[in-house]
Amino acid sequence: MGVEEKVLATNLQDAINWARKNSIWPVTFGLACCALEMIVASSASYDIARFGAEVFRPSPRQADLMIVAGTVTKKMAPMVRRIYEQMPEPKWVIAYGACASTGGIFQTYNVVQGVDQIIPVDVYVPGCPPRPEALLAGLIKLQELIANEPMSKRKLVTLSAGKEVQSA
Amino acid sequence: MTDTRLMTINMGPQHPATHGVLRLVLELDGEVVVKATPHLGYLHRGVEKLSESLTYNQSLTMTDRLDYTNALSNNLAYCLAVERLMDLDIPKRAQYLRVLFAELQRIAAHLLWIATHALDLGAMTLLFYAFRDREKIMDIIEEVSGARLTPSFIRVGGLASEMPPAFYKKVRDFIEDCPGRIEEYETLLTKNIIWCMRTKGISPISAASAVNYGVTGPVLRASGVNYDVRKAFPYSSYNEFDFEIPLGTKGDVYDRYLVRLEEMRQSLRIVKQALEGLPEGPIKCDSPLVSPPDKKDVGQDIAALIRHFKISSEGFTPPPGEAYASVESPKGELGFYLISDGTNKPYRMRIRPPSFINLAALPEMIEGQMVADVVAAIGSIDIVLGEIDR
Amino acid sequence: MLDPCHYIIEKYPDIDQSSALAGMQQLTLRNDLAHEVLGELFHNPELGYDMLTDLFGVDRGLTESHRFEVVYLLTSLRYNRRLSVRLTLKEGETPATVSDIWQAANWLEREAYDMFGLVFSDHPDLRRILLEDDFTGHPLRKDYPTEGYDFDRPFIVKLEEDHPAEQVTK
Repeated sequence: MGVEEKVLATNLQDAINWARKNSIWPVTFGLACCALEMIVASSASYDIARFGAEVFRPSPRQADLMIVAGTVTKKMAPMVRRIYEQMPEPKWVIAYGACASTGGIFQTYNVVQGVDQIIPVDVYVPGCPPRPEALLAGLIKLQELIANEPMSKRKLVTLSAGKEVQSA
Repeated sequence: MTDTRLMTINMGPQHPATHGVLRLVLELDGEVVVKATPHLGYLHRGVEKLSESLTYNQSLTMTDRLDYTNALSNNLAYCLAVERLMDLDIPKRAQYLRVLFAELQRIAAHLLWIATHALDLGAMTLLFYAFRDREKIMDIIEEVSGARLTPSFIRVGGLASEMPPAFYKKVRDFIEDCPGRIEEYETLLTKNIIWCMRTKGISPISAASAVNYGVTGPVLRASGVNYDVRKAFPYSSYNEFDFEIPLGTKGDVYDRYLVRLEEMRQSLRIVKQALEGLPEGPIKCDSPLVSPPDKKDVGQDIAALIRHFKISSEGFTPPPGEAYASVESPKGELGFYLISDGTNKPYRMRIRPPSFINLAALPEMIEGQMVADVVAAIGSIDIVLGEIDR
Repeated sequence: MLDPCHYIIEKYPDIDQSSALAGMQQLTLRNDLAHEVLGELFHNPELGYDMLTDLFGVDRGLTESHRFEVVYLLTSLRYNRRLSVRLTLKEGETPATVSDIWQAANWLEREAYDMFGLVFSDHPDLRRILLEDDFTGHPLRKDYPTEGYDFDRPFIVKLEEDHPAEQVTK
């Protein structure tokens, strides 16, 4: 492999990562209280559009980012995972709020204790609910992750019957 | 003759117009809804069970997360129930401030409702306008309690703390500013031909049917039934305030919209009266079992320190008994039925969720209507899934 | 306008009127009379309890002879008053549905069935409402743990279209 090709490859990687990180389209997916703060983050006062992530898509098939905003219950968990699987690669997940991160204050029979039990999470945003600025901070953190992501390292996450998730 | 058969479609739980995780299974004949079956429970967090293992003060934080659009009303309803159980007298100043916060929260909840409801029906401008004003109320709540959505500011026995100095000016500014804003929303919607066509005559419910379904709140009043807990069973000094209950006639989506808009104006009147007539005095009741001592005493007085420690660790123990208290939340009658067995944890906490009972009338409203109007009907009931599923 | 407690006690003398509920009248019924008395409270225009505000179950504990209770909170819009009716049940007793009187009872009884396992006879559609259909147990019973039986185990999602593992590896 020649030197030129290598140089080109690195540049392409940077260019792709740059494009990806500045146009993260989240899927409209509000579960509970935190969804309100997520909506507020897209309103005029906080303006998530500054970071290129204002295009909330109603369909997961057009989205790159899933903001899990709220409590994931055991009844909802299959839907959460199905929506995640419907999103095209590459895709990222922000667990927004204490409930999505760890189950939060709801240590009960019907609450999944953290959405990372069913889908892989990239950024956790703590708070109950976190302020809209915290979502923006989480988004910037995610952009940093994407910018520094080598293309060769990005593995395709194919979930099947929950096997990978369990072993992880 | 052509062969016709019904089509079954699934709506939700991930659907932008279901305001959370409601799921509807609709059976359609062409575009007409023949049968609608709501499926709930996608946000069932077991709050009622969990509160049985938490002290009374800890259970208060659960109430914030029921109907997260109006946390302070939930706090108020819960505290009223505990106070009725313990037979506490709340100082006048605390009562007035509670009314003030409940009404501010009502305006915030209605603003959120108008924003999302209009967005569902295609009027996106409202979202940005209404959220701008809602942020002002969030600012006020944050100023006094430190939190935006889940303040837990109304406590058993009174309020958590005295108002900061900036509070009064912020509320006064808001009262002056808000009526003009509501006018602005009216110019955008009330005579808007698209809005009228999408809301007038859509998903009506008759007064008799609404009462039989137990529907409360603006949905009931839009059908012309004059039932408002603030007037019917006054709590927290609501009988000292001068306000009117707006009523509709047809019970359709448009009337619900008008009723809520007028309710916002009436709430502003109440906030104004509460601020002008705000009495001086303590913001907590004087029962040493319930009210923690002042912060400066805790650092100087060993008795106050012990008292503070006891209240925050053990909580308090109401006598055995039962109590029901309800408030008029923006969604309808929100009630708490508490059973105490004489320990520091509720034996049973039952939440009477207004959205749950209002939603039960949804099939009645939308069966026979067009499928496109289902979104309008759901929005007009103003459901919050945290409260429905608990 | 009749005093509901007075009227009902005169008509059905063996009903208990003692109330533990602060600030509200309460009637305590046995299962056999419940539907009749509740129907009377609704249909009699002098009583006029036209709205069922709430209906919920209570578990009084495993040692009680009448373990379960169903509490009906009734509101009369006409006379602007409330009444609480408490129905005590032995384990296994089936209360009659009141969804033929108040439509509101339909979902509320489904919730009581879901949470307490109370089976309401003649209910038009008695299914679980909040939990999945295959959920085991009734969480608001006092013998059900707060955190659930499988709480400490990681949660595994089951999807209908999940492929067998060997298909995926190919």
